[in-house]
Amino acid sequence: MPEQQPPYEDSAIAPTGAGGATDLAMSEGETLEKPLGDSPSEGGPAAKPRSLWSDAWRDLRRNPVFIVSSLVILFLVVISLWPSLIASGNPLSCDLAKAQQGSQPGHPFGFNGQGCDVYTRVVYGARTSVTVGVCATLGVGILGSLFGSLAGFFGGLPDSLLSRLTDIFFGIPVVLGGLVLLSVVDSTTVWPVVGFMVLLGWPQISRIARGSVITAKQNDYVQAARALGASNTRMLLRHIAPNAIAPVIVVATIALGTYISLEATLSYLGAGLKPPTVSWGIDISSASPYIRNAPHMMLWPAGALAVTVLAFIMLGDAVRDALDPKLR
Amino acid sequence: MSTTPERPSAPGPLLDVRDLHVEFHTRDGVAKAVNGVDYTVSAGETLAVLGESGSGKSVTAQAVMGILDTPPGRIAGGEILFKGRDLLTLGEDERRRIRGAEMAMIFQDALSSLNPVLTVGDQLGEMFTVHQGLSRKDARARAVELMDRVRIPAARERVGQYPHQFSGGMRQRIMIAMALSLEPDLIIADEPTTALDVTVQAQVMDLLAELQRELDMGLILITHDLGVVADVADKIAVMYAGRIVETAPVHDIYKAPAHPYTRGLLESIPRLDQKGRELYAIKGLPPNLLAIPPGCAFNPRCPMAQEVCRRDVPPLYTVDEDRRSACHFWEETLHG
Amino acid sequence: MAEAILEVRDLVKHYPLTKGILFRKQIGAVKAVDGVDLDLAAGETLGIVGESGCGKSTLARMLVHLERPTAGAIRYKGEDITRLSGKALKAVRRNIQMVFQDPYTSLNPRMTVGDIVGEPFEIHPEAAPKGSRRSRVQELLDVVGLNPEYVNRYPHQFSGGQRQRIGIARGLALQPEIIVADEPVSALDVSVQAQVVNLLDALQSEFSLSYVFIAHDLSIVRHISDRVGVMYLGRVVEIGKDAEIYDHPTHPYTQALLSAVPVPDPEAREHRERIILTGDVPSPTDIPSGCRFRTRCWKAQERCAQEVPLLAVPAHLTVVPGPVQHPSACHFAEERHVVPGGEEGPTGGAGARGGKAAEDPGTGDGPEGGTGGGGGAAPG
Repeated sequence: MPEQQPPYEDSAIAPTGAGGATDLAMSEGETLEKPLGDSPSEGGPAAKPRSLWSDAWRDLRRNPVFIVSSLVILFLVVISLWPSLIASGNPLSCDLAKAQQGSQPGHPFGFNGQGCDVYTRVVYGARTSVTVGVCATLGVGILGSLFGSLAGFFGGLPDSLLSRLTDIFFGIPVVLGGLVLLSVVDSTTVWPVVGFMVLLGWPQISRIARGSVITAKQNDYVQAARALGASNTRMLLRHIAPNAIAPVIVVATIALGTYISLEATLSYLGAGLKPPTVSWGIDISSASPYIRNAPHMMLWPAGALAVTVLAFIMLGDAVRDALDPKLR
Repeated sequence: MSTTPERPSAPGPLLDVRDLHVEFHTRDGVAKAVNGVDYTVSAGETLAVLGESGSGKSVTAQAVMGILDTPPGRIAGGEILFKGRDLLTLGEDERRRIRGAEMAMIFQDALSSLNPVLTVGDQLGEMFTVHQGLSRKDARARAVELMDRVRIPAARERVGQYPHQFSGGMRQRIMIAMALSLEPDLIIADEPTTALDVTVQAQVMDLLAELQRELDMGLILITHDLGVVADVADKIAVMYAGRIVETAPVHDIYKAPAHPYTRGLLESIPRLDQKGRELYAIKGLPPNLLAIPPGCAFNPRCPMAQEVCRRDVPPLYTVDEDRRSACHFWEETLHG
Repeated sequence: MAEAILEVRDLVKHYPLTKGILFRKQIGAVKAVDGVDLDLAAGETLGIVGESGCGKSTLARMLVHLERPTAGAIRYKGEDITRLSGKALKAVRRNIQMVFQDPYTSLNPRMTVGDIVGEPFEIHPEAAPKGSRRSRVQELLDVVGLNPEYVNRYPHQFSGGQRQRIGIARGLALQPEIIVADEPVSALDVSVQAQVVNLLDALQSEFSLSYVFIAHDLSIVRHISDRVGVMYLGRVVEIGKDAEIYDHPTHPYTQALLSAVPVPDPEAREHRERIILTGDVPSPTDIPSGCRFRTRCWKAQERCAQEVPLLAVPAHLTVVPGPVQHPSACHFAEERHVVPGGEEGPTGGAGARGGKAAEDPGTGDGPEGGTGGGGGAAPG
């Protein structure tokens, strides 16, 4: 083929900065931004790489829902690490004489049925809730995305087995399962509860992970990597996981809130955490007989629980909006 | 055909779009999708609107049909005269009555335009039950008639089937049947054959052209395919960056384009009957609607661009009685 | 013909249709590719055309080893690569690369352009020493006409045409000998298509590449190909040099396909003969006996239902020298002129391009061009 004209129109064969062809190539890259990057020497082209994550972060920063919910969550995390920062008392030191008394100086939330300070107990209860929520979510997330992505990636028999297994787990009613399973263990730590949640919760995440891995797997860029000779590990870690993780993060964030409320539910029913542990669920449970006479005993832990759960669900929504531009 | 008594259709064109402007408000700014489009379509005439993605060809059609998503879209100015009435001044109720009955649209993707849980007969019949108050049974009979008309074999048996049981070409025929059901005066076909294979594409285009002749409808054919245009259009409007850059009878434009963009398009497509050596390629990319270049929008890609092109927006110069070109150098383009 | 760099022999890909929840049993098969023979010579472009569902994409994916054939052989320089795995396969992959159709899904949105184009070197470290990789990547970007300073950008900051260039750069990184391009321009705007087609053309001569170019657009395939194969329902029905196929088609399916292509010339529409096929393409799970095109063919006879026509120069055409003599899988193969333009010389509408065509002597096929019209077979 004889070469008659420069082989391609907008080639950057001309030395950089020579105007002409390079300018044109510049202008193409700017489709979403300025129409013309007028001088390449500014370092314009290299200066503005925008990854999808940084785009998402830019969106999140502008989203009031995200700001409010993450401030609430940040606050919760801080007080569960250092509750004494804002509550000087001891949640376990109680004075029966003050049982059921209302708000008074130094004790803004009043006292509960045992005469313990409600404010201190609400603050210390955050630690339990956050620990359960975070640990359960981490466990569920790791286990679920591991199994889910392996099943989605390899397909075939392992996938069929996993799908049937998750079906079985989905069939187990969570609260009933908790009542049965947790009643046999007698522990004052949060770990049996966390373990139970991971056991029942991973199939949910594994389904999400499996689905999004299958979607990501079909993308041509994965096929392109395969055609280049990439190993399975490379395809999974480099190409599939980064593109499949978004839905998992969203669902896990929302699930975190529900685990916190599940812990409270189980504790309320007496199957979750047992008394010397401080937990909103336990406090709500012990306050419930007195709801008419001393509603404050119930109101404060229940309110804290509701705000916490809501904050995580809102955070999940905000993250979803940022990560999935199609919904906009 | 049309039962609108108010005006005889003889004097004016069926559809007269005047100086239409449409913008979209996006996160990154205002995208000017349509910037002053004028075109007319008469009964029995086929106007091809040719353009690449982002040229505003579909947005214009959506504005005419009244199915533009607002927001983010906004009609920022202009008139859409249909049988003499400005559609933009009508209320939503009135426009809904016009849609389907007097003007109808055919979309590119027939599968997603049909409801998968309703039978084809139900969807075709719905036009009659809703607009003409026919009974279900009568509507069904009309549906079979329509399917016969678009030459779907064994219409009587297939009327009870669901969209996924039809092939792509057959589904597009059903879309055409649906659009034609109330014998509208104007049909807008947005890339009607792009998703179809060539052999099927030919069948569908032939059918559409034949029905148009039979019913004496105006047809706006929106496409990027210069071959399809040459096959069926009477006149053609070439759009670029939300403006019409050239409009002409179809024979003239293929013989001698009067706008460098049209010319570039014609020269950049390979031909079936010839083996060229190297394709002419229009350099650069279609413009960014958020920042349309000043002056002539095509100037950064135009081989003939001069100072004036970067400065002044070219008006639609009159090339011929029925020919316009928005190029400062249309004469040079035409004869060069 | 030069020595074949790639030989495809009786290639078959059947996708089993299964039933059952945990243990599946096969109840049928989608016969996507059902016995394809092809040869690709070094430095040539073989175009493959066909409608959706004809198996052309499956064929492409088998050529680059993204699908394992059910049966048959793909020989690269004489060695069957279909059963390779591990190191040997990886080595072959360096030489056969692919360009994908959709520039929006073929680039990993989480990776920078530099990482995308440089990934081949990470997978094949021997292809470029570590220190030189970045400059190699920039070189590649330059070769495909992109600003080399774009290495740190992400794919979504580019337009479709530019993304396709990035995909091409990735395909070129390992300096392959063969590039399989599956509809590389069909997702692009008309004005950008020409840029990419020209780029592919230029790269071919620069790096002496062999292309398998798969597309449904018959005009583009003619433009870029030296030889063209027409596929229908999993088989090649006709194959030959571009002029043989386009100007002297002998298979009824090719004729119907060519006659249906809209030609950008309004003058042609009055005197154009269109072969309108009836019916739909049969399902690839239930392929007709004998000739698979017979259910839509106007020439079909008893024999077509019983005897599978082989892809060879039809016996009754071997006596006619010239371009009619090329492999065509039809019992009743016969030349028919369907592409307008050749008929009466280039029509006036060809306008600006008329001159170009005249100066182009074709690629060595003398009788082509203006005179090869209706009586192409007559001189013989």
